[in-house]
Amino acid sequence: MAKKANKADSQVSAVRKAKHGTALSVFFSLLSILYVMPILVVLMNSFKRKAYINKFPFKIGTGKMFVGLENYIEGIEKIDFFKAFGYSLFITVCSVAVIVLCTSMCAWYITRVQTKFTKMFYLLCLFSMIVPFQMVMFTLSKIANMLHLSNPIGIILVYLGFGAGLAVFMFCGFVKSIPLEIEEAAMIDGCTPVQTYFQVVFPILKPTAITVAILQAMWIWNDYLLPYLVLDIKKYKTIPIAIQYLKGGYGSIDWGAMMAMLVLAIIPIIIFYIACQKHIIEGVVAGAVKG
Amino acid sequence: MQKSIKKYFPLFALPTFVAFTIGFIVPFIMGIYLSFCEFTTVTDAKFVGLSNYAKIFTDKTFVHALWYTALFTIVSVVLINVIAFVIAMLLTKGIRGTNIFRTVFFMPNLIGGIVLGYIWQLILNGILANFGKTLVYSEAYGFWGLVILMCWQQVGYMMIIYIAGIQNIPGELIEAAKIDGATSGQVLRHVTLPMVMPSITICTFLTLTNGFKLFDQNLALTNGAPSDMSQMLALNIYDTFYGRTGWEGVGQAKAVIFFILVALIAMGQNYLTRRKEVQQ
Repeated sequence: MAKKANKADSQVSAVRKAKHGTALSVFFSLLSILYVMPILVVLMNSFKRKAYINKFPFKIGTGKMFVGLENYIEGIEKIDFFKAFGYSLFITVCSVAVIVLCTSMCAWYITRVQTKFTKMFYLLCLFSMIVPFQMVMFTLSKIANMLHLSNPIGIILVYLGFGAGLAVFMFCGFVKSIPLEIEEAAMIDGCTPVQTYFQVVFPILKPTAITVAILQAMWIWNDYLLPYLVLDIKKYKTIPIAIQYLKGGYGSIDWGAMMAMLVLAIIPIIIFYIACQKHIIEGVVAGAVKG
Repeated sequence: MQKSIKKYFPLFALPTFVAFTIGFIVPFIMGIYLSFCEFTTVTDAKFVGLSNYAKIFTDKTFVHALWYTALFTIVSVVLINVIAFVIAMLLTKGIRGTNIFRTVFFMPNLIGGIVLGYIWQLILNGILANFGKTLVYSEAYGFWGLVILMCWQQVGYMMIIYIAGIQNIPGELIEAAKIDGATSGQVLRHVTLPMVMPSITICTFLTLTNGFKLFDQNLALTNGAPSDMSQMLALNIYDTFYGRTGWEGVGQAKAVIFFILVALIAMGQNYLTRRKEVQQ
């Protein structure tokens, strides 16, 4: 009898729990819709006539408000969107590749070769992580100008320099956990250090490399101030610079083109996010735990 | 082994050394030096001692920006962390659709500050239009606009870190507490919170520094309007450099102060929360 009552009891609580769960699911569903709302509003407004966007941002653009792709065509022409997209893509992909390759090699070197110099370098990398960009922005942009780095290829070197701190720090943390015996075995079998690194160490570093790549890509793709100050912006505009450029000299904004360009700026990010969601979320967690 | 690797310095370490020197060490040292100089470009610097630093505190916009930034940072750190933690607690109960919710909440994080600023400028101005106001009506509107924007952007990121922290708590620990008769409030206070302290350290660190160094969002949302009243420190420094001729030295001196503040906050916060972490 007592057993039965117990069972009934647990059933009741299970039902209550399920109800609780459903209520939460509904709540979060509503919250999720609210969460993507701002993006949907921008999407909706991108098809509306300029004059109506600012006045009625929450009305669906039908009838005379609807302009089809006009805003897109105007925006793409105005800021040369696809060129900006190309520069952004080129700078991000190349910088991330260079950062991952160079800093992982450097991190392996400074962990394996312990001298005063390499220890000092490691500490400087740690230090650089807390220095805000404003501290170096003026001098960095002037130096980049003097060294003729004001172009999409030169800026890769600037990103390697300014992004090195975090990347070296993360790789060093991981290299320390690799047992020395593996590398020694490879060397005894006749590998040169270069072969040891590329055939033994780098494959082990791969998860950290993905984390570093994701964190750096998120930063570089969205970075505004560094490329704005370093690049020759008359010739080279990345997406954030191009969008900021839509704001005229006197603070007037062409809202039609702006909406369309915001949509075009968000689409690649969402595609990328959906494609590598798992890596991105894991990368963020791994990066945070080590940082 | 160390010896045989050592020879390979030019290949392994030199590229990063050179870039780090150009991209960080030289600009940093020059930056410190230039904060004691009067200059318009790097080559015409003239040493003037501490006069740049003296000028900072006569500049009302800087003092205002400092308080504005401090207040913003406190409000946003508290809000973001509390909301993110609550959502993380609810999303670790195994309800249906957890993965989708996580995906949605994280998404705004990948969008850059400039784009976010213009998205929210449209939305918030649209809402405020019902009351006949705009974001640039007074500094308070810009302030809460920025707070909403930053919550929207960062809650997802912090939530992910909190979820990882909560999932790392061994189930037996909570089970044991419950058998001993702890209420769910007590479990939260004496088991969950101490166990996720490392996540709290990281999240407060990230939100604190992100809030203090905020630039892009501030630039795109209000650009300091009305008349620099919603200007945060980073934007104030930028304006001093590029908005006023002859003030470059003062801008650099402000940047040095800014750096010292960020460093102090980062180290102080680290010290305070690390003390509270428990050994597993």
